[in-house]
Amino acid sequence: MGLKEKILTKSLYVFHLSSGSCNNCDIEILDCLTPRYDLERFGIVLVGSVKHADALLCTGSTNRLCVPRIKKLYEMMPKPGFVIAWGACGSSRGVFKDSYNTGSPLDEIIPVDLYIPGCPPKPEAVIAGVKKLLDKVNAVKKK
Amino acid sequence: MKIFEYLFMFLVFPGFIFSSTIGLLAGWVDRKLTARVQWRVGPPWYQNFVDVIKLLFYKETLIPVNVSKPIFLGMPLLSLASATIVSTILLVISRFPQAGFLGDLIVVIYLLMIPAIALMLGAFASENPLASLGASREMKLMLAYELPFIISVLVPVIKCGYAIKVGDIITYQSLHGHIIAGASGVISFIVMLLCVQAKLGFAPFDMPEAETEIMAGSYIEYSGKALGVFKLSKAILLFVLPVLMIILYFGGIGFDVETFIKNVAGYLAILAAIVVIKNTNPRVRIDQAVRFFWGPVTALAIISAVLAYFGY
Ligand code: SF4
Repeated sequence: MGLKEKILTKSLYVFHLSSGSCNNCDIEILDCLTPRYDLERFGIVLVGSVKHADALLCTGSTNRLCVPRIKKLYEMMPKPGFVIAWGACGSSRGVFKDSYNTGSPLDEIIPVDLYIPGCPPKPEAVIAGVKKLLDKVNAVKKK
Repeated sequence: MKIFEYLFMFLVFPGFIFSSTIGLLAGWVDRKLTARVQWRVGPPWYQNFVDVIKLLFYKETLIPVNVSKPIFLGMPLLSLASATIVSTILLVISRFPQAGFLGDLIVVIYLLMIPAIALMLGAFASENPLASLGASREMKLMLAYELPFIISVLVPVIKCGYAIKVGDIITYQSLHGHIIAGASGVISFIVMLLCVQAKLGFAPFDMPEAETEIMAGSYIEYSGKALGVFKLSKAILLFVLPVLMIILYFGGIGFDVETFIKNVAGYLAILAAIVVIKNTNPRVRIDQAVRFFWGPVTALAIISAVLAYFGY
């Protein structure tokens, strides 16, 4: 694995985008930063501005009002950047699938690199998911 | 050949490369200590280097439409350049006390203001309302802390017989003992510690970049290289400001083994004090900060200057 991949995988700034989640997923994200799991030891930090971000963390069922905003935020993220679909809602609209206000699932709006399943996902699932994402970055290099 | 010597001093040692390396390591100490205070593990020692290299070399730099490019992209460089010049001046002078010029202390104080001004101008140029809010807070904060900062710098100046050369202050202290030994020294050291806290933008004075209210504040539109350069200049400030305090109050940086170890210990102690203050205090409102700095802190600074005038 080259220097670029090493650097990109060692430092991941995450921007949290909630598009109509039930708030449970958002709380679970904060759990990952607490002493028990402490994602900062892998260089993962939450940032306030999408222009600093390396990864867009999308929670929630992508309701109609949010769709243009998700697209805009994805375009504002400096590349190379990843998109993480978080939770059942983020991956597939979850229990809100047939609701009147959910548009289309996230991966029909922007390209998604990683799905983390669960309702809400456990922090362990997150760490496993991040590991998969890092493997994916390295695999791209090998091709 | 003089020019190459100066360039080497500015770019490699003790300028850019040296001070940014130390600054990034100090930034790691800050993050690690913060993590330990919060009962976490914290990032590995190379984390800040990785972050900055990623921003500088591997990320896209986005420029908002309609901004003035020279200002938006020039301000990070200006901030980095002035921080680097300060570190070069201070370290060269503590090695060769006679190398300075008359009034270099004033130049240092001016140059230390420039990173904040550059950040402000860059934020205003980016045309983001949150950035403007951050910048206006930065401006008020600067007006607040500059006054006690300058008054507390007066104490070493008065005690060293009205010397406004950094070299003279160092020489005087090596002959007559350190400034910190007197009552005025202790008081103005505390004042300066608080001002340094605000200059670095650490809690409780981090309202210009308050994450929870105005996202990243002044930095909000910056990305990629520009953000990386800002981070570097912040890292250099984290190195330079405690060094300035060591020079003014503990008699400068020594280059023999014993004083060098003392200096490193002093630097780490000041850094630890800053980090502990940062972690144990909540963010104050901007009006509270202004009142705090113009009220009790300025009063303390004036008391210490008066004490210094009467020789305590
Ligand atoms: S996945 Fe479950 S916990 Fe997360 S937002 Fe959807 S319903 Fe809530």
